[in-house]
Amino acid sequence: MRKIVQVAALLAAMLTATPGHAGWEPTKPVEIVVAAGAGGASDQMARMMQAAIQKNNLMKQPMVVSLKGGASGAEALMYMKASEGDPNKILIAYSLIYMLPLSAKIPFDWHDLTPVAVIALDQFALWDNVQGPKTVKEFIDAAKEATFPFKMGGTGSKREDHVLTVFVEQKTGAKFSYLPYKSGGEAATQLVGGHIESNVNNPSENLEVWRAGQVRPLCVFDKERISYTAKVTATQSWHDIPTCKEEGLDVQYLMLRAIFLPGKVTPEQKAFYVDLFSKVVQTPEYKDYMEKQALKPIFLTGKDMLQFLEDDDALNKSLMTQAGFVAK
Amino acid sequence: MEAFGLLLHGFAVLLTWKTLALMMVGLVLGIFVGVLPGLGGPNGVAILLPLTFTMDPTSAIVMLSCIYWGALFGGAITSILFNIPGEAWSVATTFDGYPMAQQGRAAEALTAAFTSSFIGSLVAVLLITFLAPLISSFALKFGPPEFFAVYLLTFCSFVGLGREAKHKTVISMSLGLLLAGIGMDTVSGQLRMTFGSGELLRGINFLVAVIGLFGISEILLTMEERLALRGHAAAISLRVVLSVWKELPRYWVTLLRSSVIGCWLGITPGGAIAASFMGYNLAKRFAKEPESFGKGRIEGVFAPETAAHASGTSALLPMLALGIPGSGTAAILLGGLMVWGLNPGPLLFVEHKDFVWGLIASMYLGNVVGLVLVLSTVPIFASILRVPFAAVAPMIVVSCAIGAYAIQNAMFDIWLMLLFGVVGYVFKKIGIPLAPLTLALVLGSRAEDAFRLSMIGAGGDIKVFWSNYLVGSITTLAIVLLFWPLIDKAFARLRELGRPAKRAG
Repeated sequence: MRKIVQVAALLAAMLTATPGHAGWEPTKPVEIVVAAGAGGASDQMARMMQAAIQKNNLMKQPMVVSLKGGASGAEALMYMKASEGDPNKILIAYSLIYMLPLSAKIPFDWHDLTPVAVIALDQFALWDNVQGPKTVKEFIDAAKEATFPFKMGGTGSKREDHVLTVFVEQKTGAKFSYLPYKSGGEAATQLVGGHIESNVNNPSENLEVWRAGQVRPLCVFDKERISYTAKVTATQSWHDIPTCKEEGLDVQYLMLRAIFLPGKVTPEQKAFYVDLFSKVVQTPEYKDYMEKQALKPIFLTGKDMLQFLEDDDALNKSLMTQAGFVAK
Repeated sequence: MEAFGLLLHGFAVLLTWKTLALMMVGLVLGIFVGVLPGLGGPNGVAILLPLTFTMDPTSAIVMLSCIYWGALFGGAITSILFNIPGEAWSVATTFDGYPMAQQGRAAEALTAAFTSSFIGSLVAVLLITFLAPLISSFALKFGPPEFFAVYLLTFCSFVGLGREAKHKTVISMSLGLLLAGIGMDTVSGQLRMTFGSGELLRGINFLVAVIGLFGISEILLTMEERLALRGHAAAISLRVVLSVWKELPRYWVTLLRSSVIGCWLGITPGGAIAASFMGYNLAKRFAKEPESFGKGRIEGVFAPETAAHASGTSALLPMLALGIPGSGTAAILLGGLMVWGLNPGPLLFVEHKDFVWGLIASMYLGNVVGLVLVLSTVPIFASILRVPFAAVAPMIVVSCAIGAYAIQNAMFDIWLMLLFGVVGYVFKKIGIPLAPLTLALVLGSRAEDAFRLSMIGAGGDIKVFWSNYLVGSITTLAIVLLFWPLIDKAFARLRELGRPAKRAG
């Protein structure tokens, strides 16, 4: 009996220790870290990936979503930084990786993490209530004439939405009172209820209220129109929304959605995730999600990604500096 | 009666063996996560969410909502038996539920809690069924000033209607507000009071504080007093259940009042906690002998439980109709809906009728099945009390620690929990009430944000809190409640003055 146990133990040891095993694979459940609250855009993306990976059997280990939206997402960044060398955690990053260290002096630098892939770009649009002005020009004129400054809602303070508001002010000379809400969803319902005049939400955050005919997209903050031409409301598709530049408001901003591993992981471990996400972006679940949320498709890894991150970082830094949001 | 026809259709969708089996599984799982402190509804639903990915949306949401029901019922168990609230809104249930358990009336208290949860939820589900479109337009009326007014009302009703000395309530509340300020400030985007510590970035989690303040401090007190959780053989039988039910009609005013408060506050996000406290305080205010509250009065269990569950259930309404989750659990359910391609919002009721009415029908069924299930298992839970304290105490401490850790997977939270345990012990000794602190910790930062957003929007004009009938009446009511003891006294004096006058006339 004892011999059998010994042999079995030996066999087991050999099996697990076999070198040259084709690539590395996660050995325990993989944690997708979300730097935002439940129900937000990052959370939805994490749930979509969890479902896409599970339904298409792309990985043996299960995935768990862990929400670390505390301190406006700083919690997730510090958590990833502290998880150095742990290949079972991935972060869904967005522009907060550049902005938070600048505005709130969080001791974090994205160079400390391992970039895996940029998987999407998120758009921003200028929205107002359907009862408000119908074009960008009318909207700006109304804002300039208003005795009380127009209220612009957005997510958080000194972040993407706030930066965009400052740039709209600088380009047009109109003044807004910026109201920082906890989430884009809140900014959407507040716009419907008429508590604010406008917001600069991502398409996904205002999608449902747009379809219900309660808000109106005035323009998209991008060089070109959104490519999706399928009708979203009864009469309009994403493609029908003009760009802000077309409407005489030359402001552009896109936000990355990217996957990062903690620092100090091995090249094999990184390679596994690069491969995994190159498969995820091919799944029908992912493509469906991209269209529904009007995200801009992109897939960058390796050197291209690094170059993209450096450029994006520099751009965000200059925007934040111009807006006066960098903490001294 | 279009709604009624649709509801019947919903029942037809649900009444299959598979769905009913899923319901039972969901309820049992829910009760389990509800019993562990800290691992309440939101966490339980989050952990079990991936299980449902392979199911069709209707079965999946039925199972999830049953987990939710189970967790709601389960939360009351620890509040009553061990004075450890499983959920934020169970805090008020401990005030009278725990003394009842100490007096050997645990089974009675549990039956009362389960029954009133059932009633509260039922009222809320009825409301959802018939008033969905109307209510969603009401919720849209809430901007920052309205939100602040509601929070103010909660705080003021606490100070004005509370039993404890006013200055002690204020001390406790201020401390809670101070602690709520730790971490990231949404309005300015800056960190406050973190002193460079990475652990304090997240702020003080409410549940960690509650587990320590109530659970750990209770263990410390019990150890000191050698009281032990004395478990009288809780011979619960149909007789106890029926006797509690027989008493129910006597409390119809309390039940109705709490249901109304709960439904009203549930529609405004974050309402369940405020609702349970308000339900309790008002029941006490209007009772003939308010002194008997806090000493094991069954009405003190009915009031907060009914309000909390009416509110917890009606919180699903803004989630479905507007896409704003009214509670943490509703937020996770929201995430789940999105996975199945169902986007909550005004159009959900139009485009996915089957699903919405299936969900509403499952709320009715889940609630009924849940009540039967928990009532029939009360003896098992009540028997925990018969286990010697020396054996139970370590288990409670361990389960508290697991609960505190599980909320954010942080070791730091366990230390924090222990610290709050000591604070809770000291406060109980010197007679400072804990409830105002916990209330301020939950609502403090939300109230602050709402106040500052109102100020930004109105250009710093305080008149914004009287700018329309809705916000004006809530604010005025809040101020009246704050000074209620003085007003009450003034009235009493007026009556005294009036009496001789009447005699003379």
